[in-house]
Amino acid sequence: MEIIDLTVHELQEKLKNKELTVTEITKAYIDRINEKEKDVQAFVTTLTDEALEKAKTIEEDKETEKIQNELAGIPIGIKDNMCTKGVKTTCSSKMLENFVSPYDATVVEKVNNENLINLGKLNMDEFAMGASTEYSYFKKTKNPWNLNKVPGGSSGGSAAAVAANMVPWALGSDTGGSIRQPSAFCGVVGLKPTYGLVSRYGLVAFASSLDQIGPITKDVEDSAILLNIIAGHDEKDTTSIKTEKKDYTKCLKNDVKGVKIGIPKEYFGEGINAEVKQELEKSIKKYEELGAVVEEFSLDIAEYALATYYIIACAEASSNLGRFDGIRYGYRTKNYSNLKDIYRNSRSEGFGAEVKRRIILGTYVLSSGYYDAYYKKAQQVRTLVKKEFAKAFEKYDIILTPTSPTVAFDLNARSTNPLEMYLADICTVSVNIAGLPGISIPCGVDSEGMPIGMQLIGNYFEEEKILNAAYTFEKAINFREKYKPEYKK
Amino acid sequence: MSKEDYEVVIGLETHAELSTKTKIFCSCPTEFGGEPNTHCCPICMAMPGTLPVLNERVVEYAVKAGLATNCEISRNSKNDRKNYFYPDLPKAYQISQFDKPLCEKGYVEIEDENGEKKKIRLTRIHIEEDAGKLNHDEYGRESLVDLNRAGVPLIEIVSEPDIRSADEAEKYLRKIKSILEYIEVSDCKMQEGSLRADVNVSVRKKGETKYGTRTEMKNMNSFRSIVRGIEYEVDRQIEVLENGGKIEQETLRWDDVSGRTFSMRDKEDAQDYRYFPDPDLVAIKLSNEYIENIKNNLPELPESRRKRYLDEYKLTEKEANLLTASKYTSNLFEEATKICNNPKAVSNWIMSDIAKILNEKEMEAEQIPFTAENLAELIQLIDKGTISNAIGKKVLVELFENPKAPSKIIEEKGWVQISDEGAIKEIVLKIIEANPQSVADYKAGKDKAIGFLVGQAMKETKGKANPQILNKLFMEELKK
Repeated sequence: MEIIDLTVHELQEKLKNKELTVTEITKAYIDRINEKEKDVQAFVTTLTDEALEKAKTIEEDKETEKIQNELAGIPIGIKDNMCTKGVKTTCSSKMLENFVSPYDATVVEKVNNENLINLGKLNMDEFAMGASTEYSYFKKTKNPWNLNKVPGGSSGGSAAAVAANMVPWALGSDTGGSIRQPSAFCGVVGLKPTYGLVSRYGLVAFASSLDQIGPITKDVEDSAILLNIIAGHDEKDTTSIKTEKKDYTKCLKNDVKGVKIGIPKEYFGEGINAEVKQELEKSIKKYEELGAVVEEFSLDIAEYALATYYIIACAEASSNLGRFDGIRYGYRTKNYSNLKDIYRNSRSEGFGAEVKRRIILGTYVLSSGYYDAYYKKAQQVRTLVKKEFAKAFEKYDIILTPTSPTVAFDLNARSTNPLEMYLADICTVSVNIAGLPGISIPCGVDSEGMPIGMQLIGNYFEEEKILNAAYTFEKAINFREKYKPEYKK
Repeated sequence: MSKEDYEVVIGLETHAELSTKTKIFCSCPTEFGGEPNTHCCPICMAMPGTLPVLNERVVEYAVKAGLATNCEISRNSKNDRKNYFYPDLPKAYQISQFDKPLCEKGYVEIEDENGEKKKIRLTRIHIEEDAGKLNHDEYGRESLVDLNRAGVPLIEIVSEPDIRSADEAEKYLRKIKSILEYIEVSDCKMQEGSLRADVNVSVRKKGETKYGTRTEMKNMNSFRSIVRGIEYEVDRQIEVLENGGKIEQETLRWDDVSGRTFSMRDKEDAQDYRYFPDPDLVAIKLSNEYIENIKNNLPELPESRRKRYLDEYKLTEKEANLLTASKYTSNLFEEATKICNNPKAVSNWIMSDIAKILNEKEMEAEQIPFTAENLAELIQLIDKGTISNAIGKKVLVELFENPKAPSKIIEEKGWVQISDEGAIKEIVLKIIEANPQSVADYKAGKDKAIGFLVGQAMKETKGKANPQILNKLFMEELKK
């Protein structure tokens, strides 16, 4: 097996046994990036030279036992909306094309403390707004399974880079499905942790009450390992919750006997692609074979989730993105004669169409006279969504749904139709609205060989339950051995 | 109709910077001044990805202010975002409180023009962050942003429209200032902008129950400009109405130099702040225990001091009121009294001579440059007869100019009182000889003439002669 095909836990084992060195691993990934980036276009910034330098230092420090950490020297890729000191953080926007953060995001600090090697900053939809990564100002990332298709979004660069073996794992962020949906489209594992499990400090905010950082990995065990690194309370983020430190790899038991899985029928109705539905039904059967107890139920609030999501997310975004005003940092128009011009022209020229659409939507729903009808109502529905999930979790350990109603769609197929683009999030948004953890794992492919994702939703801070269920399923179907990205042109 | 036919209605929104060590959402210092953009960090400069963390001290100080002004304290409060664009507001929203302020429904008491107690109700007190400052270059070409003040904690105290004159407005604001100083939550330095008020003014015909349209004067930062501004605005509004015009609801800027108000923005710019709960901050939940604890540890408030001054020091109602109006005069009084044990004298000095000098110099009590020990010593020196009252007044002037121990001042200036009878007698004889007419007047029964002679002797000794001895010797000599 080639180095780049290995998972992180496999690399870790080989480093421990001295079958591989940090430099060998890093070089293998750099070679791979050099080979595949022209097709996949996953990176906004590559740090290959810096990575090689760091690999050498880490290798020396490991020899002198200055570094004893087992994960030291494992490469990683980071979505370009997490602040990295000294390295550009662009959010794939013209607005931040040359922005260099003066500080590291908490997750970046944590990754650095483990001596992971940052291979680069990964492409995304501008300010994480989108479901295809086509709204990046810089480039359109391609789906490694078929280069004519989108990788999903907004963490499309992260998911594509992991699928194409350009990084062994990556960090993504998920506001309405931005980790899970691209992971499903690219046939990898994406986990959105419970809101508050991972610090948001240094994550450029899209919608503060929904945003959460999480791992995108080749398999479930790697997901647990990366979650171990990034989870935990942070004094700098008061919405991060004080919880006991857990070792998430301990829960991977390869056993789901007696686990109660609820299937919300609303997620299998109209609008769900027939092949997706068929694969999901097979997966459900698989769980039954593995000893889980499966039951269908109704989660009828789901129908309102998408509307609720777009009101809340856009409202918060309209405020969060106010700071990009051309005054202190970021893009400033050349065309101004007074203050209003600076604001108007910098923002008109610096933001892309989708970002502007959402700022306008969000400004509208918060405006006096409309607040009660939209924002307040959406918050009320949000409470109902939480209640319905709470009721479901009285009966079930896990809720199982498709991750997205379709497989990856063709490039340019939806980018001019926002409503259709928004529908790609329909299965994932309610998880963010409720603040629950959700994981997407590949469960099969369609007739064209495109991967299909299955979403497992857990109760608050019960990442262990969904990780174990995902792990058990993964072991049973061996997706990674059966299917590989084909880079179809 | 004339001015007397109108009733003036005033409400104040008072902003006080809290004297916490660090800013409201980060750990930068709140200290005034400093080189531009040196009291800043990624958080108060609103770098992408940063998050606010609420300074618990700010909540504590606001609760203190609420309790000291008879407010109800909310057990459940939250922070909201007030969205607008301005270069001194780096996030493009101010974190403030909209519909759930920390404190509500309070009041303070002032005296109206008839000396009657009057309650001014407070609608609310909420916490928020201050904005930065713009420095405009002299040519008006560019403006530079200084974010040192961005994120300094503020409380906004909103009064009900209970104030009926400029005089009441001044009394109300003095009361607020005094309370905030007593409980030590703000230094209330108006000249540094740490206490400032937006003043809402409207007028209506007497007997009318509906309020008139109000105008708002922003950021008033001296008592004088508040009084002048209100008087100007009242006259202007009445004139507009008397001429059949209508008052426009608008935001005004008071200009101290020209003594008039100017409109700040046009109506097209009517702001919609799009308030909504800040999703980066969790709700503020306060327990009864927390609030009780703050209540029990509040410093003594002016009202309680006032009562104590009546009982303990036997001061008059007027004296007690005036002394407790400011924490600084009250503290000066108590500390000096503790040392010299002469409350009446301390009170007199503070209320007459010190007050007179403060007034002349346009200074506030907190700017008094000398200590309570200095004042106490001055009184002791007079009580012991080391100096006369007249010299005492000169020492006080000196204390304002060049504060040091009064004993040192009189030594350096040679102001020690002459109490040697032999020396004084010489002077007395000299004055009698030089003023035969006055001596004759006195002997003819004009008792007043002795005053003139004593005055002459004082002049001769530059005020240093002991007045009792001087009097006694004149009487003796003139009886001969």
